[in-house]
Amino acid sequence: MKSLAELQAIRDKAKANITLRKENPNAARVYVGMATCGIAAGARPVLNAFTEEIAKRGLQEDIMVTQTGCIGICQYEPVVEVEIPGEEKVTYVKMTPERVARVVNDHLVNRNVVTEFTIGAYT
Amino acid sequence: MRELSLNVMDVAQNSVRAEADLVKITVTESDRNDLLSISIEDDGCGMTEEQVQQVIDPFFTTRTTRKVGLGVPLFKMSAEQTGGSFSISSKVGEGTTTAASYVKSHVDMTPLGDINSTVEILIRCNPDIDFVFTHTTDNGSFTLDTRELREVLGDVSLDTPDVVEWIKEFLEEQTQIIYGGADI
Repeated sequence: MKSLAELQAIRDKAKANITLRKENPNAARVYVGMATCGIAAGARPVLNAFTEEIAKRGLQEDIMVTQTGCIGICQYEPVVEVEIPGEEKVTYVKMTPERVARVVNDHLVNRNVVTEFTIGAYT
Repeated sequence: MRELSLNVMDVAQNSVRAEADLVKITVTESDRNDLLSISIEDDGCGMTEEQVQQVIDPFFTTRTTRKVGLGVPLFKMSAEQTGGSFSISSKVGEGTTTAASYVKSHVDMTPLGDINSTVEILIRCNPDIDFVFTHTTDNGSFTLDTRELREVLGDVSLDTPDVVEWIKEFLEEQTQIIYGGADI
């Protein structure tokens, strides 16, 4: 059973590496579109897939997954934007949980954009 | 929407955008009464009476990136198509409450779906907002109140991976209890 005492232990552990967590200006950012259009198209499993894949690889300090609203291209949802400091923002469209592992591995880890999933491949 | 939990996620985003500090999500299910009700209550900026009227119109949105706003209309439709009801009340400066009730056994009932995932994502993506999630069934009830977690955590953020994991497991455990140990 999950208890608040357990949460206390988490706090103490987290406090020990809080400086590590707070400041990582080089962290990459993954924005998942979570407005009506995105949610209806399946953005939630995509967001979950990103957090799971990133946790599996222990990259939580290097990659932040956040949600964003509708960026106006509803027909291409689920839309995911990847921002790596110093590099151009990449917009992935029609994302699926299956595609997530490749984006994490190829783009976020190895810095190779997965061109066939980007908006450029669809327009 | 394939799951009501996605409608909840969507409507709760409106609370986030309304700069709420506290969002209360309440889900009550009863097989005995053939009823499911959902309410989302926030203390955000609220709306005028005129805006409340507009918000159920699919061709109204406060956004500027597009001309349609389907979140609330879809939520309303999901309830009314089961013979249930929908209401929204709001006061400028005080907040908004959106509530929907469903006839569970109706052929057009949308499944609740993975409501825990919705709650978990809302907390993880909005660590500065407090959420109170209450889920009740015929077997019992539980509440997750991030204000209580915050008291324990101090300045450790709610989106810390270990905390997120704790929240996830807590929700899973409690849900299993109120569903009577059956598969969810």
